[in-house]
Amino acid sequence: MTTQRITLTVNGMTHAIEVEPRRTLADTLRDQCGLTGTHLGCEHGVCGACTVIVDNQPVRSCLMFGIQAEGRSIRTVEGLADGATLSPLQQSFWDHHGLQCGFCTPGFLMLATWLLERETPIDEAELRHVLSSNLCRCTGYQNILKAVREAAKGLGKWVESAPA
Amino acid sequence: MNWTGKRLPRLEDPALLRGEGSYTADIAIGARAVRLVRSPFASGRIISITPPAEMSAGALLVTGRDLAGLGTIRPTLARFNYVAIGQPILPVERVHFVGQAVAAVIADTPERAEDLAEQVMLDIDPEDAVADLDAAMAPGAPVLHPEAPGNVLVEGQLRQSGCDAAFAGAAHVVELGIRSRRQNATPMEGRGGCATFDRATGRVRLTASCQMPHMLRTGIAELLGMPEADLQVVAPDVGGGFGQKMALFPEYPLLVWLARKYRGSFAWIEDRNENLIASAHSRDQRHVIRGAFDADGTLRGLEVDILSNVGAFSCYPVTCGVEPLMAFAEYPGPYKVPAYAARARGITTNTCVMAPYRGVSRPAITFGMERLMDRAAAQLGIDRVALRRRNLVDSFPCRTAMGMTLDDASYIEAMDRAIDAADLPAFRARQAAARVEGRYLGLGFAVFNERTGYGTPAFAARSMGIVPGYEVVDIAMTPLGEIEARIGASPHGQGLRTALAQLIADRLGVTPDAVRIIHGDTDRTPYGWGTFASRGMVIAGGACQIAADKLADRLRVLAARMLQADPAGIVLRDGQAFAGEASMPLAELARLAHQRSDLFGSDVADRRFNLADTASYDPGGTFSNACHLAEVEVDVETGLVRIARYLVVEDAGRLINPMIADGQVHGGVAQGIANALFEEIIYAEDGNILTGSLADYLPPTAAEIPDIEIIHLETISDASITGAKGLGEGGAIGAPAAIGNAISDALAPFGVDITELPATPARIRALLRGREPTP
Ligand code: FES
Ligand code: FES
Repeated sequence: MTTQRITLTVNGMTHAIEVEPRRTLADTLRDQCGLTGTHLGCEHGVCGACTVIVDNQPVRSCLMFGIQAEGRSIRTVEGLADGATLSPLQQSFWDHHGLQCGFCTPGFLMLATWLLERETPIDEAELRHVLSSNLCRCTGYQNILKAVREAAKGLGKWVESAPA
Repeated sequence: MNWTGKRLPRLEDPALLRGEGSYTADIAIGARAVRLVRSPFASGRIISITPPAEMSAGALLVTGRDLAGLGTIRPTLARFNYVAIGQPILPVERVHFVGQAVAAVIADTPERAEDLAEQVMLDIDPEDAVADLDAAMAPGAPVLHPEAPGNVLVEGQLRQSGCDAAFAGAAHVVELGIRSRRQNATPMEGRGGCATFDRATGRVRLTASCQMPHMLRTGIAELLGMPEADLQVVAPDVGGGFGQKMALFPEYPLLVWLARKYRGSFAWIEDRNENLIASAHSRDQRHVIRGAFDADGTLRGLEVDILSNVGAFSCYPVTCGVEPLMAFAEYPGPYKVPAYAARARGITTNTCVMAPYRGVSRPAITFGMERLMDRAAAQLGIDRVALRRRNLVDSFPCRTAMGMTLDDASYIEAMDRAIDAADLPAFRARQAAARVEGRYLGLGFAVFNERTGYGTPAFAARSMGIVPGYEVVDIAMTPLGEIEARIGASPHGQGLRTALAQLIADRLGVTPDAVRIIHGDTDRTPYGWGTFASRGMVIAGGACQIAADKLADRLRVLAARMLQADPAGIVLRDGQAFAGEASMPLAELARLAHQRSDLFGSDVADRRFNLADTASYDPGGTFSNACHLAEVEVDVETGLVRIARYLVVEDAGRLINPMIADGQVHGGVAQGIANALFEEIIYAEDGNILTGSLADYLPPTAAEIPDIEIIHLETISDASITGAKGLGEGGAIGAPAAIGNAISDALAPFGVDITELPATPARIRALLRGREPTP
């Protein structure tokens, strides 16, 4: 199978690589950019473990080809912390036990990073709705929700839902 | 400082949060890719396997014929009419289930290996298959293994004297049949392995997403007839297991064989479809339960008939007896059962192999017992709390019908706490008001105990050929004063690195971050059994505690020399050794011990200055207990169940890290809810599997799982030296019963109740069709 030369911009760094056009963005990031923080839990678009942010949108990187990401700004879990300093969201996951085996965690972090960066404030219904895009088998979600909720509060993005 | 009992954030987390974890697929990058060609038929004779017309350079096809002379995966059990059957690494003659690996294609990238695998021509002559219990047990049914003519692989039978009399003299006999459908443990990371040959030493390192690395090493070496010392097994970061990653699966010996034969690196990373169809399933059981009750509700006798669909082969090392025999031994749970009769059979079918999954049989037996209690309460006209109160074990220790000892626990107190929290009268009022509006609310609970932290004695009683049990810990203080504890257990998300460090820190007077827990590497850890069966905190924890105490004693002896005091008077605290006012840092003591042993005199201790000790712990086991309570609303038009409230009163003894304990409960309950309402592996009659993707097999999301309230009780039992009882599985055990009872309570006006799980909308609608509520 022929390969194609592309340049990807990931977490602000450029990677000049050669990929098969059929290679997914997830595999490209993992195998060719050395960014193995993006995980694969299903490779058919259901679990969300592979979620990355492409041009400010959360994307399932198992459903996109590497070559489609050329010229776009890609963000992965490796870009969240500033050296050893965790992002407020990562710190909140740590404080609130938002992970157990850690396999789903990069996907949830990227999804929630996108959620917290939006202009719109977040309430409980929106939080559950957005986070139900991804699967976690260990935590029962409770502490993931809590971690994101507390991070949103810290960032002034949280609104209490109107009582039913 | 007391670290035990603190909600300490986990030491594991920062790396995982930064995406710097190291899972098997991460390590496998660059290795030659192995793709398995799997059987499309449930049963059939292999005629031929033809390689692709054009194999790319360096590509390989491996079939069962290439592995001639190697052993089969053949675990044994010395009792219960167990029939040992062997599972070949790759079959030569017959296939036994859809998804069974029949050949392997190797190429330089996963994509190319997949391309080639699609071009492999399998000529298989299909034969009649049996996919479910009834088909496999029907007279004249096709026989899977000639060694087991009636497709029964294991059978336990027991009838205690007094059982006949109990039933003959019963005021009421309450009978119930239940069905638990098949589930897949579904860790988010599938299985996978990477075997790398080291040309300099001739050794192979197998990195595998597994729960029992030492056992895997022994099993593979035996199968391949290679020196065990030439194999290192590493469990790196493992993305969940829940029991599914305990077993020795054919893929792992295949990888090691490839690495040795071709002197290179070979990796197989399971995809989700393979995980769903060909890793391991569980929970496929049917029970018939009969209870003999006095007029006042006292349970006089219990009779159960257990059928477990164990799939095509027997999982190694625990065997296919693991589900039926656990149900056989533990059915009475926390109840007083004066006379017990049980029959349990493991039936082989042309389906994926059964293996332990969180709770093993206990979700199903708790569902059976707790549904029996609710049915009996209705039939006898006794309040269901009162009925349970009458029958729950209330004095300890208590010897069960099967000879197990129930240690101190809080069966009745846990129930009472849950009932209090539920505010039953208020609920009944809401329920009545809702019914008037045509809305159906229900409240259900489940009381159960959970045998946890059991070592060799418990496994030996099962008569398995391989008897797991003990855990060993090697502890050492380095010359620079850090503590390393090497454990045979192999955590994969349970936070053992943190919790064990908390335990050790308290014994040695240091902070947890001064303690490194080393695990998951057969080259660097003592032989041990791994992490499963809610044993980590009890057994590895107990061994850590004993090892730390031994090290503390050694430090006291040496510190006493330096401080010229009596060892008994030395206190280890804040990283220092104190003798009254005088003190010295442990780090200084460690350096002197290692590097200035001349200072201590020739008579001190046994002159072992490396500050290392070993301890083993092998307890008989303890019982955690809990009461789960669920409030649901059932939409009778659609059959949809919404969980309005979920409460767990859990007694797992002393909590080492309550934050981690809560997380275990949350995760367990979510899997139990999945078992109760959503997840089902479905086979067609011909043995084809219909749930091969996450679009068909439905793990719940954050939208379906409610917040879970937890109340902890802490009964300290002397059956566990740390006081901790295990709790990894409890969440998954209680939820199916609590939810089944809640739905049944909601649907009581229709005269139906839940006996089959998962209680999907279709099943609930089938129960309600043509029925009207009685007011
Ligand atoms: S791996 Fe992409 S959604 Fe599951
Ligand atoms: S933490 Fe294990 S899958 Fe989410």
